[in-house]
Amino acid sequence: MFNSSFDAVVPMLCVTLAALAAMGAEAFRARDEKMPIGGLGIIGLVGAGVACALLWNRNTSSFGVIVADNFGLFVTMVLVIVGILTIMFSSQVLEVDNLPRGEYYALLLFGIAGMMMMATANDLLVVFISLEILSLAVYVLTGIRRDDPRSTEAAFKYFLLGAFSSAFFLYGIAFTYGLTGSTRLDRIGAFLAAQSMSDNPLILVALGLLLVGFAFKISAVPFHMWTPDAYEGAPAIVTGFMSTGVKAAAFAAFARVFLSAFEPFSQQWVPVIWVLAAATMILGTVVGVAQSNLKRMLAYSSIAHGGYLLVGLVAANQIGKAAILFYLLAYAITNLAAFGVIAMLASSNDENEELRDYKGLWHTHPALAAMMTVCLLSLGGLPPTVGFVGKWYIFSAAVSSGYYGLAVIGMLTSVVSVFFYLRVVVMMYMSEREGPEPVRPRIARMGMVALTLSVILIFYLGILPTRVLDYAAESIATIF
Amino acid sequence: MIPLDHYLIVSAILFAIGTAGVFLRKNLITILLSIEIMLNAVNLTFVAFGRSLGTVDGQIITFFVMTVAAAEAAVGLAIIIALYRHRESLNPDTFSSLKW
Repeated sequence: MFNSSFDAVVPMLCVTLAALAAMGAEAFRARDEKMPIGGLGIIGLVGAGVACALLWNRNTSSFGVIVADNFGLFVTMVLVIVGILTIMFSSQVLEVDNLPRGEYYALLLFGIAGMMMMATANDLLVVFISLEILSLAVYVLTGIRRDDPRSTEAAFKYFLLGAFSSAFFLYGIAFTYGLTGSTRLDRIGAFLAAQSMSDNPLILVALGLLLVGFAFKISAVPFHMWTPDAYEGAPAIVTGFMSTGVKAAAFAAFARVFLSAFEPFSQQWVPVIWVLAAATMILGTVVGVAQSNLKRMLAYSSIAHGGYLLVGLVAANQIGKAAILFYLLAYAITNLAAFGVIAMLASSNDENEELRDYKGLWHTHPALAAMMTVCLLSLGGLPPTVGFVGKWYIFSAAVSSGYYGLAVIGMLTSVVSVFFYLRVVVMMYMSEREGPEPVRPRIARMGMVALTLSVILIFYLGILPTRVLDYAAESIATIF
Repeated sequence: MIPLDHYLIVSAILFAIGTAGVFLRKNLITILLSIEIMLNAVNLTFVAFGRSLGTVDGQIITFFVMTVAAAEAAVGLAIIIALYRHRESLNPDTFSSLKW
């Protein structure tokens, strides 16, 4: 069992080294010297991706607390993609907003390293520490525009509720440790399966506290209050990063903890998550309809997408678990690309993020408008995009496990959500702009490359999903 | 020897005090301190459980938590300073440029 091989930590080691290199490069940079610090990050992330490919199917573990099983590696791969796309989108944003480059990339990479650790953690204490590593990095990234009061305020609100929720999470770990004598997930699972603890109320307290902690991080209703504010106030590309990366990592840990360690208690937690999933889908969609700010609208949409992922967790049959992984990938690419478009259209003094700012975008930026349309249709779940395939698998998993109610709610909310996604599309193509054209920066080539890559992936995974779905199915075969 | 229950009750009370402080206090620094109280309540729980289980894990975990709490406090105070520069106030009710 105990294996002190370093293999399993290689992906996060690559990213951490890149982060340290970025920090060092910034420190030794002459004042006006330009350095391709983002390139360092891409090198580290590609290294992590290669390490993932080499570790695939080998099921290594480091020190018993980090396990590089296929499940963790799949999520790590998603995080590598998120990281590379974020860095490609960021170059223009940093230029326009004049943000500190070294700090930005270093924090981004430290955050990704924390996410990777969280996705592969096999010990509740490691889950907690990696949660804090990624959170601290993301809090600072949220408030990185220090001269903007909204950005700072968003950072503070995110920090406050994040720290508050991690205290609850930690309290849950403490009770679990006290009752089972270990923080290791496999030992907890074995202990709970062997002993009948269902008459002990403390284990339910522990379960509840852990659930609250995770629900905050994945912004499930009613623990979503921080989400719209943090997502609206942060720079658009950081919002894209945290709405995809943080959610992917938190969901991976959530699924691992609840589906492996607390599997014996599924009778108790499945109904609770059922309610959370339904409430999250409904509230995210209904409130999203009422928004006039595109970033805030997409924040509510990402809350709703968290609800769809929870449906996969409730269904938790073979299709459901594979569907969670596939949906995480689909959602990550699509949502990041949508926020990338917003980030590229923002100028330094005006963010251009109100819905009316997108009127007539087709006439001025036809390529951006077309790609934004693809992203929005994929978020809405229309074929032949990847969003459709992801939703299809999630809902078919729910139906095959007999959760018809959730499937119906999911379907209905998807239909409603198409309304607000299409509203943006209609604005971009059909309405003419009144008043002066908003000031927009020059679109950088790097961002366009990233956007084109995302759109290609959206269509590729939408039309030929089998290969990646097979990987997802393979990933969950090794655990649970 | 003091039984385990007593430690757990004290730490639960501390945790509740911290939680109440986050909701009721009107000063950002005090709110931050309340979160620290919550984390320290958890530390007490860990140590108590570690002692009753007869393992050192509980004490070791506490060191990790203390480190994390220190990092969190550093980032939190930095954000509060950045916020204070904009508002000249530490009352959370004045921060409403993003609607709750």
